[in-house]
Amino acid sequence: MVRRKGLPGSVFVVVALAVTTLAAAPDAAPDSERGQIIFQTCEGCHQVGEGARHGIGPHLDAFFGRCAGSLDAFKYSGAMHRYGEDGLVWNAETLDAYLARPQAMVPGTRMSYRGLTDAAKRADLIAYIASATAVDPTLAPAPRAEIGAAAMGIDGDPDYGEYLAGESVTCHQRSGRTDGIPSIVGWLRGAFIRALFEYKTNVRQHQVMKLMAVNLGNEEIAALAAYFRGFDPQ
Amino acid sequence: MRPIQRYTTCFFSNLYLGGYRSFDSITHGYDTLAANYGISVVNAFASVVDREGKTVRLADGSTLSYDRLIIAPGIDLIYDSVPGYSEEAAEIMPHSWKAGPQTQLLKAKLDAIEDGQQIIIVTPPNPYRCPPGPYERASMFAHVLKAKGFTSSRIIILDPKPKFSKQALFSEGWEKYYPGMIEWYGSDVHGGIKSVDQKSGEVATDLDTFKGSLVNVIPAQRAGRIEQDVGLTDDSGYCPIDPASMRSKMDENIFVIGDAAIAGDIPKSAFAANSQAKVAAMNVRGDLIESKVFPAKYANTCWSLIETDDCVKVGAQYAPNSEKIASTSSFISQTHEPADLRRTNYEESVGWYKGITTDIFGA
Ligand SMILES: Cc1cc2nc3c(=O)[nH]c(=O)nc-3n(C[C@H](O)[C@H](O)[C@H](O)COP(=O)(O)OP(=O)(O)OC[C@H]3O[C@@H](n4cnc5c(N)ncnc54)[C@H](O)[C@@H]3O)c2cc1C
Repeated sequence: MVRRKGLPGSVFVVVALAVTTLAAAPDAAPDSERGQIIFQTCEGCHQVGEGARHGIGPHLDAFFGRCAGSLDAFKYSGAMHRYGEDGLVWNAETLDAYLARPQAMVPGTRMSYRGLTDAAKRADLIAYIASATAVDPTLAPAPRAEIGAAAMGIDGDPDYGEYLAGESVTCHQRSGRTDGIPSIVGWLRGAFIRALFEYKTNVRQHQVMKLMAVNLGNEEIAALAAYFRGFDPQ
Repeated sequence: MRPIQRYTTCFFSNLYLGGYRSFDSITHGYDTLAANYGISVVNAFASVVDREGKTVRLADGSTLSYDRLIIAPGIDLIYDSVPGYSEEAAEIMPHSWKAGPQTQLLKAKLDAIEDGQQIIIVTPPNPYRCPPGPYERASMFAHVLKAKGFTSSRIIILDPKPKFSKQALFSEGWEKYYPGMIEWYGSDVHGGIKSVDQKSGEVATDLDTFKGSLVNVIPAQRAGRIEQDVGLTDDSGYCPIDPASMRSKMDENIFVIGDAAIAGDIPKSAFAANSQAKVAAMNVRGDLIESKVFPAKYANTCWSLIETDDCVKVGAQYAPNSEKIASTSSFISQTHEPADLRRTNYEESVGWYKGITTDIFGA
């Protein structure tokens, strides 16, 4: 089994993740057979399994662990390409967020699908896509990047970060004190960048933070990380 | 320059009315700013701005000169926008839309209400400070009456608007926690607020005359008075600004932030005023020492408490375009949300209060 830092190593892990997110709904263990029925809506554009080929949408074989927008022979939207370069990798969590509202997660995606609001149905669908894959998932191409990688590669401007942090410190205290709002002082740079990127891509769900992160580009995220890294709590 | 020694925040003043906060906990001094941040605080009313000579004259006759002036005088209440209402009538029918003694007066009157007595809230027309504020206040009134076991008191809201901020969320909450207690009348139902009478406690509308033992009149608003005097406002009564910097359109050496500014899609809130302050400060610094000036970004989030542990929120991000500050993305709480989410919202609002007041008044 190939292990990749921060990513599920295989489809089996992926399915297990989907199960845990559903713990709240008792009789709703993800069911790939129900998922197959739901997948009929997708079949007009997507193929999965033995011999799957691109159609209107890219094929979904060996989908999990694949970097977004990464198959050569398919013409993706610029948005999907950018998200891939930024480190968006498909796994159960990211696909779940995407299926809930594709345009919200990847604004500008060409996939003309409004979204599936029912979390249990999404889990079924994800279970089906995982089970239908024909190619050994461990042979899938290695992701191009770790989540948030593009931001991690940038040497952020701490002055810009200081200005942007003006927004952060309206809620998060510079002293690192928490009074109902978590501290963001003293985080490791990687974790800080990853967290912001996860809000941006809806993997983390907090409404206010999603809003704060949605307009942050890699420059901004790197700048904030640079500022808070060099930040001496008062 | 502030005319007062201590500042009571309007934000969270509804929670004081509801009994969740003490008056002390929403009142802050300027001492830390002076002691720890090298800020000179002058507690005086600024009476005249001489834009030519770049000076501000204080009420005691002394003057201060400036290179750049940032002003945030908040709002002025247009008392006669409600016929019969006046500054004097506000001692009987408090507005409590500027925090301080007015807020304490309203609290005393609320606490004196007996079961069966009626409360009336006359809400303001747009644009005004804190769009969800009057409806959060109604919720806090209801919370106090319900906690005392009152069953026959009513809270009547007479609104000059046909709809209001977070309406679906408030309506759902009122139905759930205070069934039958809060009645909201929009402009299309009551047909217009004709007058208020401080002696009888009556509010006359086209539909009917309502009588309250407590009448909370929140009149129409405009930018704080000093700006009226110095010509920074336009016909709307508020101050036009450059969306990219908060610089006054009337004077390049002056920045106007907060409720007094015409901030496009941004509602008049403390969160927003704080966000605008940061854009203005960056631009002032850029003007004076040629430091880097980054593109303006603005944000707002407003939390409203409906009943204990049930808090809803609305928020947005904004960016300047050629005409105005425009919303770029937004969210609002949904109806039927789980209780733990609403409780987390409340805890978050308490954290925000601590965060923003530390940011404003220092630590
Ligand atoms: C009931 C209520 C609830 C609210 N809840 C929230 C909330 O939950 N969240 C939120 O974000 N916002 C809330 N708000 C809105 C928020 O209080 C205002 O938007 C915010 O205070 C605006 O800040 P400002 O600096 O423009 O004005 P202000 O806070 O009014 O400050 C202006 C200051 O300038 C002083 N001043 C005026 N003229 C002069 C002069 N000539 N010389 C010297 N000093 C002068 C005034 O005395 C005052 O101290 C609420 C408002 C109300 C009424």
